[in-house]
Amino acid sequence: MKLFLLTFLNGLTLAALYFLVASGFSLVFGLMRNVNLAHGSLYLLGAYIGYSVIRWTGSWYLGVAGGFLAIALVGLLLQLLIFRHMEGQDMRQTMVTIGLSIVLADVMLWIWSGNTYQFEAPDILTGTVAMPFVKIYSMYRLVILGTSIAIGIGLWLFLNKTPIGMMIRAGVDDRAMLAATGVNVPLVFAVTFAIGAGLAGFAGVVGGTALSIAPGEDVRYLLASLIVTIVGGMGSIVGAAIGALLIGMAEQFGLAYSPTYGVVYTFLIMVLVLAFRPQGIMGKRA
Amino acid sequence: MAADLTETTTAATPRFLAQLRPHQIVLGLFLLAYPLIASDFWIVQIGAQTLFLGLIGLSLMLLAGYGGMVSLAQMAIAGMAGYMFAIFGENSANLGLGWPWWLVLPTAILFAVAFATVTGFLSVRTEGIYTIMITLAIAVAFFYFCQQNYAIFNGFNGFAGLKPPQVFGVDWRAPYPFYYLALAVAALGYFGVLYLSRSTFGIALQAIRDNPRRMAALGFNVRAHRVAAYALAAVPAALGGLFLVWFNGRISPGTINVGAAINILVIAILGGLGRPIGPFIGALIFVLLDNFAIDLIARERFNLVIGGAFLAVVLFSPDGVLGLWDKLKRRLAKRGGA
Repeated sequence: MKLFLLTFLNGLTLAALYFLVASGFSLVFGLMRNVNLAHGSLYLLGAYIGYSVIRWTGSWYLGVAGGFLAIALVGLLLQLLIFRHMEGQDMRQTMVTIGLSIVLADVMLWIWSGNTYQFEAPDILTGTVAMPFVKIYSMYRLVILGTSIAIGIGLWLFLNKTPIGMMIRAGVDDRAMLAATGVNVPLVFAVTFAIGAGLAGFAGVVGGTALSIAPGEDVRYLLASLIVTIVGGMGSIVGAAIGALLIGMAEQFGLAYSPTYGVVYTFLIMVLVLAFRPQGIMGKRA
Repeated sequence: MAADLTETTTAATPRFLAQLRPHQIVLGLFLLAYPLIASDFWIVQIGAQTLFLGLIGLSLMLLAGYGGMVSLAQMAIAGMAGYMFAIFGENSANLGLGWPWWLVLPTAILFAVAFATVTGFLSVRTEGIYTIMITLAIAVAFFYFCQQNYAIFNGFNGFAGLKPPQVFGVDWRAPYPFYYLALAVAALGYFGVLYLSRSTFGIALQAIRDNPRRMAALGFNVRAHRVAAYALAAVPAALGGLFLVWFNGRISPGTINVGAAINILVIAILGGLGRPIGPFIGALIFVLLDNFAIDLIARERFNLVIGGAFLAVVLFSPDGVLGLWDKLKRRLAKRGGA
């Protein structure tokens, strides 16, 4: 019982982290049809930048803000310098982002070396909490869960209740029609890209605090984003949440109960979704 | 070309040979004579490695160039063949089943084809960039599976002590035999893909790439053609994978990680997806950069060089080096005509 609950909680917090990374990926893809395969690199870059900011200023909160802002800026630059010049050529965009992720991974290795970094969250956020059945659980992991839920709800409200969110959703459905109504679509694109990228950077710092950062994490989170988005459906916040939950749970339960076949569960979920709902659980048919 | 249309009754192979153009014959002779003028390093490290990496790239070229399906799972498929060779054959950890080579090789290739067929079934439900995402997910899932699974794949360590079987008393790992074996298999793959592209199946596949809806309306089974393309493309990938494990003497999850999967994409795109020679050109550039990046900047910065080259190609010449070559030829022809 204790193992089950502990695994369940670990699955939840991992899902929270996956959701933060994948929602940006899914949003960017849903609106702009760009598969940004450099998304995992943005996660890792955010984590490294957050680490450096924490080293310099000593403030964890500044590190989180720095990770978000820096990666949002990188996202904006990507959108302005690269994607804007290849609109509609999704295969080329994919190739370019693959090339970028190779280069970025090497540049990060160059700057921050291959060491594994860990950094501490402020004291208020760390420590343990008394919980029924499992006795104690990491406070910080619960904070991640709470933050992720808050961001998820915030994103949902932003997309569904605000004028800009309405434009983004309209852009998902019909980009040309939206432009025809006088909306500055490139600006909407740039804002969405910046938010999506910034979320990856934010997740990098937050996730790097809970786990650790090292070269190779970019690939792990890119894979997580891919599978969550495939399972959940493109461009849907709710879909990203469902997908993240399924994948996070599958990974943790697999790890706890059958370590050598853990990946198979994740893979099976993807296969089942593709077989019965190729557009993803919450996805719309293109 | 016009003569081709009238000669419908002659056997396929002689007509095929008659189509060889002078530069192809010169290149073929050069490749045959190459070991006579090169050192062992250039024969194996550069020559043979280019040939078998080109083979794996060729499988991607077949899928992407003729089928319009960019698959990142080709390295995983090659790795599957390599792993099966280690598991059914012999390895240094005495974990192999020790089957004879004439049974191990077909088994390894069959497993790779089966894996590719499953990959095909999953990914043909989707198109374009979704295909990339799903095949990448499959490749990474296979990598993590091999890394975590100790019962079958021996986890993180993989298998060592792999070598080509001793057939006809020849040590096939020695530079000369290894190079000529790789050359023969690469030529087989090259001409096989060339032949396939002109066969009924190949033409149908290219038509499906260009307009799947029309082909479906004409009564072609679009999905079956695509899955068959995956299965066929697994053969050069599996052969390349076997050479890869013979070359390294070992296979571990690191052989098939994301970096390796992306490298195959880089090789195919660098060379160009237009013709089967493309991946071999790409592989040559890749292997040369891999070995001599140390002279350009530092050895550790190889990924920066290859990533930069890849970026330059996708940004400025989407058809790869072949595209540049074609452009140059057209410009020269124009100048010659004027």
